[in-house]
Amino acid sequence: MYQLLRQIARTGIVTEPAPQADESLRQIEQRLSEAVLKHFGRSLAIRHVDAGSCNGCELEIHAANGPHYNLERLGVRFVASPRHADLLLVTGPVSRHMETALRRTYDATPEPKLVVAIGDCGCTGGIFGESYASCGRVANVIPVDVAVPGCPPTPVAIMQGILTAATSRS
Amino acid sequence: MTHPFADLGVEAARLPGRLAAWHAPVAPGALRAAAEKARAQKGRLVALWASDETTRGAGYAVHVALALRGGLLWLTAALERAHPRYPGIADIFPAASRMQRAAYDLVGVHAEGGADHRKWLRHGTWPGGAFPLRKDFDAASRFDPAADHYPFVRVEGEGVHEIPVGPVHAGTIEPGHFRFSIVGEEILRLEERLGYKHKGIEKRFEQLAPEEGARLAGRVSGDSTVAYAWAYSMALEAAAGVEPPRRASTLRGILLELERVANHLGDLGYLGNDVALAFGFFQFWRLKEKLLRLNAELFGHRYLMDVIVPGGVARDLGREPGERLLRSLGDIGAEVATLRSIYDEHAGAQDRFILTGQVVPELAERLGLTGLAGRASGQAHDLRVDAPVPPYDELQVNKAGHTRGDVAARASVRFDELAESLRLIAALVHRLPAGELRVAVPTPVAGARGCGWMEGWRGDVFVALEAGEAGTLHRVHPHDPSWRNWPLLERAVLGSIVPDFPLINKSFNLSYSGADL
Ligand code: SF4
Repeated sequence: MYQLLRQIARTGIVTEPAPQADESLRQIEQRLSEAVLKHFGRSLAIRHVDAGSCNGCELEIHAANGPHYNLERLGVRFVASPRHADLLLVTGPVSRHMETALRRTYDATPEPKLVVAIGDCGCTGGIFGESYASCGRVANVIPVDVAVPGCPPTPVAIMQGILTAATSRS
Repeated sequence: MTHPFADLGVEAARLPGRLAAWHAPVAPGALRAAAEKARAQKGRLVALWASDETTRGAGYAVHVALALRGGLLWLTAALERAHPRYPGIADIFPAASRMQRAAYDLVGVHAEGGADHRKWLRHGTWPGGAFPLRKDFDAASRFDPAADHYPFVRVEGEGVHEIPVGPVHAGTIEPGHFRFSIVGEEILRLEERLGYKHKGIEKRFEQLAPEEGARLAGRVSGDSTVAYAWAYSMALEAAAGVEPPRRASTLRGILLELERVANHLGDLGYLGNDVALAFGFFQFWRLKEKLLRLNAELFGHRYLMDVIVPGGVARDLGREPGERLLRSLGDIGAEVATLRSIYDEHAGAQDRFILTGQVVPELAERLGLTGLAGRASGQAHDLRVDAPVPPYDELQVNKAGHTRGDVAARASVRFDELAESLRLIAALVHRLPAGELRVAVPTPVAGARGCGWMEGWRGDVFVALEAGEAGTLHRVHPHDPSWRNWPLLERAVLGSIVPDFPLINKSFNLSYSGADL
């Protein structure tokens, strides 16, 4: 236990200061907090749906929840049910096998709802394109508010996407 | 010609390249005998897949890749055009079952005998009589979606009830369906239904030029992008008859070990998180982020996507950046050592880890558990030692291992491998030879074969490639170790309580995308 506490004390708070990328992140935090406050009361509830990604985009969503970005401290929470969600964060080209599940998740999300498509795949279908097995981009299946390119997009870009979506309805 | 597999009753020819890989045609009727002999020698199944050979004036083919003492043996059995079928081998190698079912769904080749003939990768998207990997199947085909009838195995008995979970899960994980049969809280049976992420990767390869295929291979399972890009490049280089320069191979080794370190850091963090030790999550993810930023700075991509390219690598590592890399990794290594002792001494965490999700060595051996999960269950296989290609041929890689096969053992193997990878990276940076980064890869001649086989962080990633006419890819089969390990997860959870499932699942951390294709 002593070692654990010592490690915590030694580590301190890593949630960004540091150069460049961190400065832009700080702004995002502030603006996101404002947006969240204004539009969703103190919290924005996000449901992540992997509709067929390669799992690379998921790695960056996980990273966005890590200590450097710490998305949750901004009032953005990942929730376990679409019924509790304000925003769907959708990754991947939509595989045809996930088409129905994605539509159902969208339908189960209460209005007003936002959709952010993540990654080159979510934006265009990416390298997988459209085929017998892939519906291509997310917008081919459900309405999309914001699409964040990148393969995968960085945690900062994902946060920017969430911010853009949360302010686009004002 | 002598070759190490004569006692299997096949006539094998060495495939080009540095990997100890061989190819042999086999009559369908002789397939089982070869598989049985391989099994008797403690050989293991790596992959089973099928192909359409009708455009080459033949019928169909089923392919089996086996890991044997002498290296990798790729068997091909030609099947007749009218009723393509072969004797199934799932009773010899249980992991073949889902692969045989997938081979039927995609190519329409039927495995005779055996119990399970349910569909696997096909849901309701295309009808049962259509086979996407047949050459006359148009990749752009659309069918009216039908209901996905899938007969799950029912467990009857007093007080037994079912909990269906997924495909969309509560957390940020990939989609798949798990059906638990439970009494009280105890899991009596788990049945997995995967294939939700099937997005036509193998068909897509056939539309790409060989060089472009590396990008797609690097996106079969994003968390293993380096392993896949390497295995694919190895396969293409072999088919084209070229070898990457030594500097490129050394850099590839550094990249693969960086991928292993990043994934192990992430998993060790989540293992803490899943036992309510949020401290562990934040500590390990802090270190992982440090590494990802370093990757981006030194190689241009946080996950090292597209850095390995056919013929070599796309990025170099200079002397000064190399030293910086080693300094940072040294810091990470020291912190991980501290965290390991904290995990080891944390009674609450150890109580959840020890004897949870156990796969004993006998079961692991019988069902073919591979990769890091296999090594945690006494299966001491690691391609970096068993079938080394440059740069591993010059390194003495220490295999990690454990025999208890529980969550704690899988955590322990991760810790050991993480430390070993840091050591290997230092050794590779120090011996980075001068020279070219990349050689040109000529278009392989039609019919040329190559395979790549690489120990990724999760286990052995395999790619089989056959070149087609006029610079096309006739058939590419990328194979994730998750194919073989998913069935063991069904066994590992038996007797556990449902709330332990996320922890057990995370301790394996298998790929959905990689096995759904
Ligand atoms: S955008 Fe890139 S990382 Fe994301 S799912 Fe597609 S291929 Fe994977």
